[in-house]
Amino acid sequence: MKKHRADLLLCGGTGCHATGSLEVKSALETQLARHKLDQEIRVVETGCNGFCAMGPIMLVQPDGIFYQKLKATDIPHLVEEHFLKGRPVKKLFYKEPASAETIPSMDDIPFYSKQQLIVLKNRGVIDPEKIEEYIGRDGYLGAGKALLEMTPQEIISQMKESGLRGRGGAGFPTGLKWEFASREEGDVKYVLCNADEGDPGAFMDRSVLEADPHAVLEGMIIAARAIGAQHGYIYCRAEYPLALKRLEIAISQARQHGLLGEDILGSGFNFDLEIYQGAGAFVCGEETALMHSIEGKRGMPRPRPPFPAQKGLWKKPTVLNNVETYANVGQIILNGADWFSSIGMEASKGTKVFALTGDVNNIGLVEVPMGTTLRTIIYDIGGGISKKRKFKAVQLGGPSGGCVPEEFIDTPVDYQSIAKVGAIMGSGGMIVMDDQTCMVDMARFFMDFIQDESCGKCTPCREGTLRMLEILDKITHGDGEPGDIELLEDLSKMIKSSALCGLGQTGPNPVLSTLKYFRNEYEAHINEKKCPAKRCPALLKFEVNMEMCIKCGICFKKCPAKAIAWEKKKTASIDKSTCIKCMTCISACPADAIF
Amino acid sequence: MPNYANLVMLNPDLTPQVMARVDEIINRSKDKPGCLIPVLEECQEVVGYMPVELQKYIGDGLDIATSIIYGVVTFYSFFSMLPRGRHTIKICMGTACYVKGIAEVVSRIQSEYKIEVGRTTTDRRFTLEAVRCLGACGLAPVIVIDEDTHGGVTADRILNILEKYE
Repeated sequence: MKKHRADLLLCGGTGCHATGSLEVKSALETQLARHKLDQEIRVVETGCNGFCAMGPIMLVQPDGIFYQKLKATDIPHLVEEHFLKGRPVKKLFYKEPASAETIPSMDDIPFYSKQQLIVLKNRGVIDPEKIEEYIGRDGYLGAGKALLEMTPQEIISQMKESGLRGRGGAGFPTGLKWEFASREEGDVKYVLCNADEGDPGAFMDRSVLEADPHAVLEGMIIAARAIGAQHGYIYCRAEYPLALKRLEIAISQARQHGLLGEDILGSGFNFDLEIYQGAGAFVCGEETALMHSIEGKRGMPRPRPPFPAQKGLWKKPTVLNNVETYANVGQIILNGADWFSSIGMEASKGTKVFALTGDVNNIGLVEVPMGTTLRTIIYDIGGGISKKRKFKAVQLGGPSGGCVPEEFIDTPVDYQSIAKVGAIMGSGGMIVMDDQTCMVDMARFFMDFIQDESCGKCTPCREGTLRMLEILDKITHGDGEPGDIELLEDLSKMIKSSALCGLGQTGPNPVLSTLKYFRNEYEAHINEKKCPAKRCPALLKFEVNMEMCIKCGICFKKCPAKAIAWEKKKTASIDKSTCIKCMTCISACPADAIF
Repeated sequence: MPNYANLVMLNPDLTPQVMARVDEIINRSKDKPGCLIPVLEECQEVVGYMPVELQKYIGDGLDIATSIIYGVVTFYSFFSMLPRGRHTIKICMGTACYVKGIAEVVSRIQSEYKIEVGRTTTDRRFTLEAVRCLGACGLAPVIVIDEDTHGGVTADRILNILEKYE
């Protein structure tokens, strides 16, 4: 293989694509060729590197220099300075928001240095479209060991000892699930991968598939060997075109290298898999619904038992795990159960990937050992709350989860501790909310989502979530009445105890957890007809507080309806007859003077 | 030989050329278990949407009752029974985009182009769709027009962006 003086690892994840990494790539190639450096320096488009807020990002190896927010117009200067003259360009370095200090090396940036990577170990360092690069970082060694040196029982016992639990949300022990399926008689069994990531605010699985698709394939091959399956499916959302493309490339490369198909690595074991594109239904993340969907039916869940391990896809024994779970498997087999179980907490082993989003400075993908506190994730890695606002709560687990208020911010993330404070680990969505977030509106948003995605099969979920949404709508529109809160609680209990599947059984959680910690906000909406966070337009007056107004005129400039009057050094005023209540002024006002 | 002439009378979008491609998709896949959803996805790609006449035609080809196909088409948000515009505007309704003010962006589009979410403008220029989280929360609020992702969209900027899509 040809040696290069340097590799430019340019992030090619969805986030960086959107901010222009492809233009940066072509500018780099042009400039390197212009200076005749293209034989010495190689541009590599990697998968998602995780620090999405700073995109497009590029890591220069072997120096470890990290460039961020690159534009195609920066490239001529960058190539000339750094690669011709050997002077890295300081103004494109990362700047720590708190200290305003520039940090040239990726390893020193707190966002990266506080993480521990297992699932994401190849992110940003390999070209996900080249199997050789995955293999070069110990890829498929775990599969080789499992197929050539271990019996299926040994694989399962390693998985059980490792303590790995499903990363899709419910946290069921992976080894146990495999053991159930392996005990079933029959020649035809299936291994499925759930890549129908649907929680709003979650993008862990997408990033893993984009950055390291072979890790998922390797996990599936090992699972297939453990239970004796010959065929597998990856059920992936059609909304993830880049992930789908990279999976297709990975599958065909794995076939060419004899890692999928017949007689894998000369072991005599046959396994092949294909991609199944989901057609857009959140409920298909539920295992029985997902299987119905692959069978070509409406993706509606069915009661369990029988569990999929006994009767799954086409009534055959089936194992279904999520993307992140599979991405752990190869390394567990390679490095052993003891290595994996040494990381994390007593009942929550290994690491967890979180998609850190919302009102936080360092939006991106974060992998930390189980047991890391929420504070470490949000403040040390996440760089704290954006726009210097105040932390209010963090939402974990999406529409099935709950929010954690400030008083519990030192809670460690592991399955038990998170459940104790009324949220769930979930699949890894972590949405940080500042003091401008209205918790009633947030609960309404999630209920709207659940109600829309309810498949309609069972009455509690179909009707109950709609009733809850109506009540929440009423409250946020200022028509709440005494008794509404109690009615919400009653309905929640009823739906949780009687819905058919996980969607309904967990659907009321966002309401219950906001009621638990922010009941006063519900009461303010109902009794005083006020929205303390100023997010519910129906409860706002759209008036300017003359004492708080700093006379800056930003609201005047931003108002799309030209309803605001303002002159230099005078306070602004809003004409209510032309105001469209669009909230632009309220979001824009630096002094919080509009109410 | 299927009666293409009859179909084009029922629905002018189902031309003989289009239907020849639909036939090719059906014939290639019909013996595969669970092929219905991939077939529908591919056919919608060809025709642009999934009118009832097409559903019946696919049902006949795959030997599946039209009622089952209708059930599947109406269940998944990927399928549309209404014609599509030349450009599709997808608005991300994920939490991060919501927090960052996507609702203001949507209402600006609605008032400018006189279009409801889920519908197409009368000149078939734009189809406006609300989609579940696109997973690009780092760029919130996000809209996707055709294949282009636009991040950090504000109500002020959106009309300028849309002008470029004729």
